[in-house]
Amino acid sequence: MATDTLAAPGTASAGPPRRRTGGIRSNENLAGWLFVAPVIVILGLFLLLPILMALWVSLTDWNGQGSPFTGDVPFVGGDNYSRLFTDDGLARRDFMTAIRNNIYYVALVVPVQTALALGLALVVNNRLLKGKGFFRSAFYFPSVTSSVAVSVVFLFLFANSGAVNRLLGLLGVDGPEWFADGRGVLHLVLGAFGLDAPPAALTSGGPFGLSWWEWLSGPSVAMMSIICLVIWTTSGTFMLMYLAALQNVPVALDEAGMLDGASRWQRFRYVTLPLLKPTTFLVVTLGLIGSWQVFDQVYVMSQGDPAKTTLTPAYLSYRTAFRDFDYGSGAAISFVLFLIIILLTLFQRRLMADRDGNRRGRWWRRRVPEGS
Amino acid sequence: MAVLTDRPAPVARRRDREPRARANRFLGYAVLIFFGLVFLYPFVIQLGNSFKTEPDAAANPLSPIPDPLTLAGFERIFSGTNFPLWLGNSLLVTVLVTLGRVFFDSLAGYALARLRFRGRAGLFAAVIAVMAVPGVVLLIPKFLVLKQIGLYDSYAGLIVPLLADAAGVFIMKQFFESIPVSVEEAARIDGAGVFRTFWSVVLPMARPALITLTILSFQGSWNEFPHSLVSVQDPGLFTLPRGLADLVGGSLGKGNQYPLKLGAALLATIPVAVLFVIFQRYFVRGANEGADKG
Repeated sequence: MATDTLAAPGTASAGPPRRRTGGIRSNENLAGWLFVAPVIVILGLFLLLPILMALWVSLTDWNGQGSPFTGDVPFVGGDNYSRLFTDDGLARRDFMTAIRNNIYYVALVVPVQTALALGLALVVNNRLLKGKGFFRSAFYFPSVTSSVAVSVVFLFLFANSGAVNRLLGLLGVDGPEWFADGRGVLHLVLGAFGLDAPPAALTSGGPFGLSWWEWLSGPSVAMMSIICLVIWTTSGTFMLMYLAALQNVPVALDEAGMLDGASRWQRFRYVTLPLLKPTTFLVVTLGLIGSWQVFDQVYVMSQGDPAKTTLTPAYLSYRTAFRDFDYGSGAAISFVLFLIIILLTLFQRRLMADRDGNRRGRWWRRRVPEGS
Repeated sequence: MAVLTDRPAPVARRRDREPRARANRFLGYAVLIFFGLVFLYPFVIQLGNSFKTEPDAAANPLSPIPDPLTLAGFERIFSGTNFPLWLGNSLLVTVLVTLGRVFFDSLAGYALARLRFRGRAGLFAAVIAVMAVPGVVLLIPKFLVLKQIGLYDSYAGLIVPLLADAAGVFIMKQFFESIPVSVEEAARIDGAGVFRTFWSVVLPMARPALITLTILSFQGSWNEFPHSLVSVQDPGLFTLPRGLADLVGGSLGKGNQYPLKLGAALLATIPVAVLFVIFQRYFVRGANEGADKG
């Protein structure tokens, strides 16, 4: 994309070697490679090479002893992968539980953070309000802080007699023991409607080693606190994206809507929202990509507990490798996760490219908060 | 919305609109203040409770006012934990990583933007591809390579893998492409070499991008957690986020010791918070640029 925007006609980016010997471009071939060499070495050594090494390890039974690249390490082929999908056992149960947990996590985090980001942006963009700069900063600030540090704060907020439960108490609600409560929210809702015991039809069978009833648990109460934390930390970033887009919405359009007698809601629904569609698409896909990567918060706040209901694929791969010393399985989980995220990313890039052709500039990739 | 339209009976309209406008504004402020509290009050609670005694923090977690006010938590942070060590490690890592990223990313970004060399297009495509690699799937791979080349559990292992990042290269490339080419051509015709031109002519013009990159790198490496998790295990090499996670993970022994933990987390947040207040527009620019272009 756009690599050649500055290349003079006749100098293709591949570069015809030494068109004018001794000219000002004569040594660019060497200089170019010298300039990029440090980055190539670092990214090659610590990004590409490791991926290949891990791909190898995911096909072995390496337990962390010695080097995984000697003949002593048993080669197991696709066993580590089949244990995740087809073989009935603990590995598959844990992996599918992690996938289930992350699906519910994504299903809550992405819509809520998108809606909240849009809502906040609309309010902050209101021309009649003062002090918007302050509030914009306030909403964005959590996004720039350390995920570990804010996880510590949220551990305190969601403690059994912590701030959140005190607030709930003021409203007359008896707050749960957040980090000890592995009950699924959907199960609780069903329970409230009198469905206490799962129907037998749902407990007997189900795909991938979990029963339908287990698949339908919803996020656990403990997971809800992590969901709250992540929504709180990432909405600000996405709000900024909406704000930038809103500033490009022509005021005249809104006024035209007003002339036509459209209500405030109608103007939002039929004028502003369609114009924001590209941004919404961006925010949703970046959210999807980010929320499959949640790790830091799980590590600090719950370590996958209670009852594995905050286990996510990212954390499970770490735990399998570094706690259970089953590096092969851990690496296999990483690659499945890799595949999920890359597919989402390709999907996003494809659609963005379709939409805006050759426009350059994608700084935002750097700004995706991990774990969002 | 303040714009008056030429509808029939504008006077009546106006009288009708004024209370509504006021109600709208009131509603707007109410929303702002409510969410302002949601987003900032956790930090207020953190600040207040870090100065509390443990029983007070347990009994009144919502109150921002310590009663009695005590520095005991902070004293124990510095005497009872390895906090000073973590702080030193974090400073070292952050400074070196930031310097490395700014320098290496600028070099590469300049080459990709301006120098014509064989393989440039392919390299740039590779940079784009690398940006899509999610960091969290690299945990085991990074550990493997650090072990294999003998950098595991060392400062080098903590720092070197972070010295360059694809996104930074991309930012710099985009910026260099926006600088008029004539200035460097003049320098080159005057006989300056490629590096000389880059260093004394182009780089000084790239100040805004350099500041953005410095801030992003500082923030990123100061907050970096997963990399330290897989690159070191010696507690003497822990950075702040790693040390904090360790505190929460139970290395403190008995009790919750929330004032201490909140205080340590607070101290770990302050450098980025200060940076945020001073250079806010650069933080915002990063995200805004993205939305514009996206």
